[in-house]
Amino acid sequence: MIDVLTSEWTKMRSVRSTMWTYAAGFLLMLGFALLVSISVANTREPIDGMTGFDITVMGTPFASIAMATLGVLVISSEYRTGMIRTSLQAVPQRLTLLSAKVLVFTVATALISAAATAVTFFAVQPILAGKGLDTALGDPEVLRALIGTALFLTAGGLLGLALGALIRHTPGAILSAVGLILVAPQLSQLLPGAWGAAVSKHFTTNAGSKVMALETGPGSLGPWQGFAVYLAWVAVIMIAAAVLMRRRDA
Amino acid sequence: MTAIRAAHLTKRYGQTTAVADLSFEVNPGQVTGFLGPNGAGKSTTMRMILGLDRPSAGQVTVGGVPYQDLKHPLRTIGALLDAKAVHGGRSARNHLLAIAQSNAIPRGRVEEVLAAVGLSDVARRRIGGFSLGMSQRLGIAAALLGDPEILLFDEPVNGLDPDGILWIRTFMRKQAAEGRAVFVSSHLMSEMAQTADHLIVIGKGRMIADTGVEEFIGRSSQGYVRVRSPRLSELAALLPAAESHADHLRVTGIPSLEIGRLAARHALELEELTFVQPTLEAAYMELTKDSLEFSS
Repeated sequence: MIDVLTSEWTKMRSVRSTMWTYAAGFLLMLGFALLVSISVANTREPIDGMTGFDITVMGTPFASIAMATLGVLVISSEYRTGMIRTSLQAVPQRLTLLSAKVLVFTVATALISAAATAVTFFAVQPILAGKGLDTALGDPEVLRALIGTALFLTAGGLLGLALGALIRHTPGAILSAVGLILVAPQLSQLLPGAWGAAVSKHFTTNAGSKVMALETGPGSLGPWQGFAVYLAWVAVIMIAAAVLMRRRDA
Repeated sequence: MTAIRAAHLTKRYGQTTAVADLSFEVNPGQVTGFLGPNGAGKSTTMRMILGLDRPSAGQVTVGGVPYQDLKHPLRTIGALLDAKAVHGGRSARNHLLAIAQSNAIPRGRVEEVLAAVGLSDVARRRIGGFSLGMSQRLGIAAALLGDPEILLFDEPVNGLDPDGILWIRTFMRKQAAEGRAVFVSSHLMSEMAQTADHLIVIGKGRMIADTGVEEFIGRSSQGYVRVRSPRLSELAALLPAAESHADHLRVTGIPSLEIGRLAARHALELEELTFVQPTLEAAYMELTKDSLEFSS
């Protein structure tokens, strides 16, 4: 397994798309927070319905798409180029290959996500301080929400990898990731009745984003509960992908 | 020990049968040509050998075990299926390094195989910019990484210039001479005539012949005698087995000596009496004419 992990790490670090998508994720995270905090700091009107912490993690949905895109590419680029057949000749145990990809990608993405979250947090607090909107690391729930943000980004990446392995086609998998992370959660709020509300509450990022909120409202899923629901979505797609990968011709 | 053994290997895609009940062996120390028209099922068979496609029926083993059970498969069998099936963004060195690491092959071996195929100078270049010939060499380098006892190549000379073809041909002969089992597919009989010791010929997914190159020629086509004479029609009357052409007769089954005697007895002047050797090409055409995917 160590051999396969080293090999997957070599594959990941040796293509440019890895660096570019991580950079994009990092900049989206930092850029949105900077942009909004600077404009808030320079406006006279009070802003309502938005806390300083909300502004700090503003770029997360977009950065999450960048991570998902890389997750898709990690496997779909192998199917696009035909490299997958070389990979499977070297490692014919398909689940070993998939697990190695998942593991290497998870560790790298978690590290980049943690760095992006930390840099963004510390960069914008001094700007928000001008309006008294800043938060400190020691404030209640802040550390948990920051760790949650990094985990949320990583989970988005894994959702992409699972979709890439399932769909094996780059544009299709990226579109599906955007749909599941950004679009469908919003649309699900239009579902009628109590049943619709329950579906919407548990829908991918509607549940997953609770882990990066400082407080969750009454009747809402708790932070870790919500994140567990999001991970369950990722797991179901990943298991479907794994089962198909074992059965399909490469 | 048998390098590759297929037993009743079958692959169906819905209603179509791509490979039907193929049984054969590939042995060390020789080049085994895997021959058949385009669409005969050669690539499908090779993918099943490598565990990429799952057989609908039958099984195939590599070095005595199914491919999936090989711990470090590249140390047993090296294969080149499609030279362009690589991530174009990676350098040649990193491409080979990633493959080597997956099978616990030391890093130094990457430099060795790069040198062996003459790509050391371009090791840092992105593979996307490689010519077909360079890609082919890179694919061969990848196949050699684990110093395997078995080598498998799918149409390795397709699209190569004469230099490249000669290089690959020499390379394959050398590997077989060193005791490796070389299994190489082609749709060109003439190519195999110069490279292979043994032939496995398939058509429409079925076995047509599994034989040595010499026997293959001998068995399937006997050659013929070409006779030209100013008095062709009289000669034709004496040789009922002859096939008449515009300016010559084509006689099969009667040695040229006999034809000469016959002509002399009847005082018929001859302009030409030539025994035409059967070619592998002709033998192949004859055997596969019923199994061409698209015949005109």
